[in-house]
Amino acid sequence: MNRAGMHRDGDYRWVIEPTGDMRVPAVLYADEVLLDDMDDKVRWQLCNVASLPGIVGAAYAMPDAHWGYGFPIGGVAAFDAEAGGVVSAGGVGFDISCGVRTLVSACTRDDIAGVQPVLAHELARAIPAGVGSTGRLRLSEREMDAMLTGGARWAVAQGYGSSDDLAHIEEHGCIAGADPHALSQRARDRQRDEMGTLGSGNHYLEVQWIAEVFDRAAATAFGLEQGRVVVSIHCGSRGLGHQVGTDYLRDMVIAAPSHGLQLPDRELACAPIRSDLGQRYLGAMRAAMNCALANRQILTHLCRESFRRILPGFDGQLLYDVSHNICKEELHDVNGRQRRLHVHRKGATRAFGPEHEAVPESMRAHGQPVLIGGSMGTASYVLAGAATGEALSWSSACHGAGRSMSRHQATKQWQGRKVVDELAARGILICSPSLRGVAEEAPGAYKSVDRVVDVAERAGLARKVARLGPLICVKG
Amino acid sequence: MIDGRARSAGPAADGGVGVWEHFAHGADIGVRGRGATAAQAFEQAALALTAVVTDPALVRQVTAVPIRCRAPDLELLLYDWLNTLVFQMATQHLLFSAFDVRIADGDLEAEARGEPVDVERHAPAVEVKGATLTELAVRQCDDGRWRAQCVLDV
Repeated sequence: MNRAGMHRDGDYRWVIEPTGDMRVPAVLYADEVLLDDMDDKVRWQLCNVASLPGIVGAAYAMPDAHWGYGFPIGGVAAFDAEAGGVVSAGGVGFDISCGVRTLVSACTRDDIAGVQPVLAHELARAIPAGVGSTGRLRLSEREMDAMLTGGARWAVAQGYGSSDDLAHIEEHGCIAGADPHALSQRARDRQRDEMGTLGSGNHYLEVQWIAEVFDRAAATAFGLEQGRVVVSIHCGSRGLGHQVGTDYLRDMVIAAPSHGLQLPDRELACAPIRSDLGQRYLGAMRAAMNCALANRQILTHLCRESFRRILPGFDGQLLYDVSHNICKEELHDVNGRQRRLHVHRKGATRAFGPEHEAVPESMRAHGQPVLIGGSMGTASYVLAGAATGEALSWSSACHGAGRSMSRHQATKQWQGRKVVDELAARGILICSPSLRGVAEEAPGAYKSVDRVVDVAERAGLARKVARLGPLICVKG
Repeated sequence: MIDGRARSAGPAADGGVGVWEHFAHGADIGVRGRGATAAQAFEQAALALTAVVTDPALVRQVTAVPIRCRAPDLELLLYDWLNTLVFQMATQHLLFSAFDVRIADGDLEAEARGEPVDVERHAPAVEVKGATLTELAVRQCDDGRWRAQCVLDV
């Protein structure tokens, strides 16, 4: 990335002061290596975000930031409705409420060793993944409305998982303010047979083991013990969320002039929070968030069932479920005053620090669990929100490794079969219907998640709690 | 960059054939169609969309889906066209390999031909979530030929 006009503010913070239409600074969290690797388009997009009406503080880029749609992926921005602030469909993205949940178990890596192939086969059979896969559920219009307003709570009431799970999900598994009527018929149609499906691309269900513990006290509170097995699920609101993004991006682009918005990039499409369109989008987006939470809850149930077929007595307690493509209304400290802000996190994870009331009580002293997915074959991490994150990034941290090369480059460099065989030789089993898909997702196509996480910690965004190593990866 | 010469689009008015290609985007992939007319460029961009999922040559033409879109400008019409195909692919579990597109006064009428997804035979690499506004462009180039492109979120 071109550093012209950028100044360094500490070891891991880079600031671009407002110029032109920018209303606030653009701030990037990175070390020199990550900053140099970032595309100039990240800088351009971040400065565009900084020019949107009602933005508060700064436009932030996390250490894993890369070129996105309007907002960079790894972008965070907060808007004040009272100051003419906007909500942006591009700032949330197509995969609304894409996120990660992690289940912890009492099984050890040794318990899994003898049954790893049969467990992999069973999970691949039970978890619908990839293009053309469908779930078992078919919802009537009325049931879909209930799902869209109830989220994971609805799923639990249908028999998927237990009520104990809900305390360990963002917003207790149900996002308020969802408006099923703000969804198009197409959005509903796309979800008709996709409940309880994983999707494809970088989405996965991964069986992992706790390879290293960094913060013993937090790890104990989170139920993480070295050598134990955990399961992480990375997916979102499926076709319904994709269609909400598609519909509202179009509506916001067309309506922008009527709201007096001059967009430097059409993908920044947005609407004033206090406009009919802005409110409809928020209602639709919250419904899609509930869809994502219900979807991950159903997948959790399918996963537990599969484990119990192979390892009777498997528990799989939910550690936490947190989204990284969202816009949420939150209270934040702005120059000593609490203000209600609409915080967009596009490829960034909410990371509330210790003592925040939204963090489950058993973990509150240590901060909110922040779940960071790696690429298949590389580590994932559990972090904890840091107290310093509030002033640095509206309590936000990174979300993953971020790609370092395009899908096409990856297929030129790796063959899917070879990737599967090489990972198998390292004790990591990959289950995917598509070898080309595996090549596109090869571990080498991603940046070093270790570096991203180290920088997030050193910058004060979150603290490292544990590193997770992959054992089985089910991909679409 | 992957590219392909049209297999299904008929010869254009000037005798030229359309081509498609992919272009790189950080996490995702761009599709670009070129042709003698905007309609042919749209057909080629649609072939490029299929090629993100599977090799279009593997997709038989056994079923036809009529598609209509209307948009205030050609770029949003491309956005609508590709997103309508994404919707049909997702809800009908179809892949398409041939397209006939007609464009007049902001209206698009088309027929997309293809077949249901066969995971064994098509080995679909990735699901397309949607066509985006990023790098969205529909232009007539200096040589008179048309280019239609955007980035897909996958």
